[in-house]
Amino acid sequence: MSKHNPRWLLGGGLFWGSLIFNSAWADSQLNLTQGVTAISREVYDLHMLVLYICTAIGVIVFGAMFWSIAFHRKSKGAKPADFHESTKVEILWTAIPIVILISMAIPATSTLIDMEDNDNSDVTIQITGSQWKWHYKYFDQDIEFYSVLSTPREQYENHNGNFTGKDSEKGQNYLLEVDKPLVIPANKKVRFLLTSDDVIHSWWVPAFAVKQDANPGFINEAWTKVDKPGIYRGQCAELCGKDHGFMPVVVEVKSAQDYDAWLNEQHALTAQAAEAEKASLSASMSKEELMQLGEKTYMAYCAACHQPTGLGLPPAFPALKGSEFTTTGSVDEHIDVVVNGRANTGMQGYGKQLSLKEIAAVVTYERNAWGNDSGDLVQSADVKAASGE
Amino acid sequence: MTTDTINESLADDHHGDSHDHKMTGIKRWLYTTNHKDIGTLYLWFSFIMLLTGGALAMVIRAELFQPGLQIVEPDFFNQLTTTHGLIMVFGAIMPAFTGFANWMLPMMIGAPDMALPRMNNWSFWILPFAFAILISSFFMESGAPNFGWTFYAPLSTTYSNGSTAFFVFAVHIMGISSIMGAINIVVTIMNLRAPGMTYMKMPLFVWTFFITAYLLIAVMPVLAGVVTMLLTDTYFGTSFFDAAGGGDPVMFQHIFWFFGHPEVYIMILPAFGIVSTIIPAFARKKLFGYSSMVYATASIALLSFIVWAHHMFTTGMPLFGELFFMYCTMLIAVPTGVKVFNWVATMWRGSMTFEMPMMFSIAFVILFTIGGFSGLMLAMTPIDFQYHDTYFVVAHFHYVLVTGSLFSIFAGTYYWLPKWTGHMYSESLAKWHFWCSIISVNLLFFPMHFLGLAGMPRRIPDYALQFADFNKWVSIGGFAFGLSQLIFLAVVLKCIKGGEKAPAKPWDGAEGLEWEVASPAPYHTFSTPPKVD
Repeated sequence: MSKHNPRWLLGGGLFWGSLIFNSAWADSQLNLTQGVTAISREVYDLHMLVLYICTAIGVIVFGAMFWSIAFHRKSKGAKPADFHESTKVEILWTAIPIVILISMAIPATSTLIDMEDNDNSDVTIQITGSQWKWHYKYFDQDIEFYSVLSTPREQYENHNGNFTGKDSEKGQNYLLEVDKPLVIPANKKVRFLLTSDDVIHSWWVPAFAVKQDANPGFINEAWTKVDKPGIYRGQCAELCGKDHGFMPVVVEVKSAQDYDAWLNEQHALTAQAAEAEKASLSASMSKEELMQLGEKTYMAYCAACHQPTGLGLPPAFPALKGSEFTTTGSVDEHIDVVVNGRANTGMQGYGKQLSLKEIAAVVTYERNAWGNDSGDLVQSADVKAASGE
Repeated sequence: MTTDTINESLADDHHGDSHDHKMTGIKRWLYTTNHKDIGTLYLWFSFIMLLTGGALAMVIRAELFQPGLQIVEPDFFNQLTTTHGLIMVFGAIMPAFTGFANWMLPMMIGAPDMALPRMNNWSFWILPFAFAILISSFFMESGAPNFGWTFYAPLSTTYSNGSTAFFVFAVHIMGISSIMGAINIVVTIMNLRAPGMTYMKMPLFVWTFFITAYLLIAVMPVLAGVVTMLLTDTYFGTSFFDAAGGGDPVMFQHIFWFFGHPEVYIMILPAFGIVSTIIPAFARKKLFGYSSMVYATASIALLSFIVWAHHMFTTGMPLFGELFFMYCTMLIAVPTGVKVFNWVATMWRGSMTFEMPMMFSIAFVILFTIGGFSGLMLAMTPIDFQYHDTYFVVAHFHYVLVTGSLFSIFAGTYYWLPKWTGHMYSESLAKWHFWCSIISVNLLFFPMHFLGLAGMPRRIPDYALQFADFNKWVSIGGFAFGLSQLIFLAVVLKCIKGGEKAPAKPWDGAEGLEWEVASPAPYHTFSTPPKVD
């Protein structure tokens, strides 16, 4: 029979100690971030309070247990006592935890009340999740844009067994970088209104201690007030399908001055884009130009589901290569599906995300790439006509 | 009954095989209504499911060994996490406990068998079909369910990959099996206790299964309801969970977790029962605070019905809701604490030895308590906003389900193996199982706390570079823990084949009616009830 030897425990302790304090861990973050808002620091303090309380309870309870294990063993000739109940003790160790819990509940309640106070905001931004990108819309500003993962596919699709552990080809912000981050002003109360176009997503930035679900058909509220300009990164926190791991949140916090400059820049860009849309209506692009732009657009927006090969991932994401729809089917219908999406499927509408030119190019690309060779060329004006915008 | 027959049936314990009417070969197992056979079937089934779910977990850990997509596509990764969860919850842990219930309850209360033996046969034999349906979906065009074991709508309805019907029917059958098993447990305990065994004289093991069975009967129909709503939303045009048709996706979560939270206790209360049986046996001292243990178990069960929305703090609940569910959830720490204190008090000034049932029970108390601590942290709404849906949660529920429930199953298996097989298991081989498991399981799950706190969401197939170091260690721990379970298989097989002959009561501190029959337990026991005073 086992003689439970204390040396085992010592050995185990050394093993764990060496693991935990090994220098290899130097780069890894062990604890919750303190963040950059008053709320996130309150949350951090609360986390540490509970952690310390749990550790203290653990030390006492496990201490008593290990004491007992070390000394009250048969091999040391311990004779069993015969006590087996005590109402006094039971009441005591029911009451003490209740007192401890109340001492934890009080600060938790006050932090929670602060977190849920969404009133008196300076800036309001609507955040819409969709598979698998975020859309930001600034109220009263006429600014809106999508924010999509910008890590190149080559970096994460390292198939064919790259087991060498070489991370060097991956960028520093691998999977936590986007093409266009959300920009908010520092020291202003920013209110977020969250919703979704398809499944449930969850918008999370650890440095703000904000995590709020984006539910389709409903609007949730959250807010933050950041002290320090900088770039803060987070991720979608609710399983939202295939590329749930590939929809990061990046927020750039700018000083009031820089924020105003950014707003002006965005207004100028919006005006420019409108001009370009208008110009593209009368312009006609060559097949080569269309295919080139089409491929670029396809890889950025369509390839995640329909795959770079056009073979899709049936049955959820049908193949475009050689399908009736993209070869002999109606061009107008094809444009309509790209612009407006297909109800009750994963196919979302891209009318808001892409310019007329890009839609024209991507439809042309889909009808001519991978040997589809329909020969159909689609121009911006066709898109406008077909989508009835 | 005459005195003669009583004497004869008592004598049965020694030459029981003469009255068996056992069929041979596969028929014995297909047609059996014997609680011991059915218990054995449940236990083997759950072990096969443990290895199956474990194999899926190994693929998950292999993918997460380093950043980048190595061996599986993201969609298949989601299928792996989903089926891993479903198989472990409904296939490994729950049937294992039902196996313990079948084997031990009649012997512990002095009953000849379960009260409803034919239903007992059914409740087991539909289970393999449920899992065949679930696992077969891997080989269908759609692929297996990929929406998480919590199957949140509308990811599992409008946006599912077409596996929803398979999933729903598999869950229905699992649910029916569980409900039948639970009804059998309740009826057996209420009606077949030996004369003199009042409720407050029942072993705590019996109490925990009694309460668990009530929980099952209460919430399994809720699960059946929610999967049916899912089915009609997906295929028959209803809009329970679709805002466009006047439904609400968050309502799905309310209904699911109204099942899901009691389900958590369904998987831990029996573990409390097993550990509360083993610790007194090896401390050679009566369980401290028996009646407070009963009340604590009942309180936990009752509280489990009013805490469900703590899984949903980020869904946009009103402040009042968040406060209510936070306070109720924190309150669960009180009865749970009472249990832990009682176990320590049982050990205190005992005369302990440390055979493997005791070692796994001690590991259970420590590691389950660590899972309880992280549970308390998760209960606090403001910090839950940071922890929710991260690896911190993954660490939490694996501490309570693996080092909690699963370790109690190991403890119970070692404890009763001599009774089941008639042989002592190999203590030295079991020691290898214990130490390999305890080291690897902590390497597997402890760093997950750090990953979660550092901001790694759960259910992602690839991760940012700062999570790489810990993930590597977690994966190594995962492989080691998985392989360690093969040692367990070896111990059990060796014990069935032979070994030192076990006496009727191999543990000198053990108490209970099951030790009054021979080892191995005769096919029929207690044809005449024993007298309990």
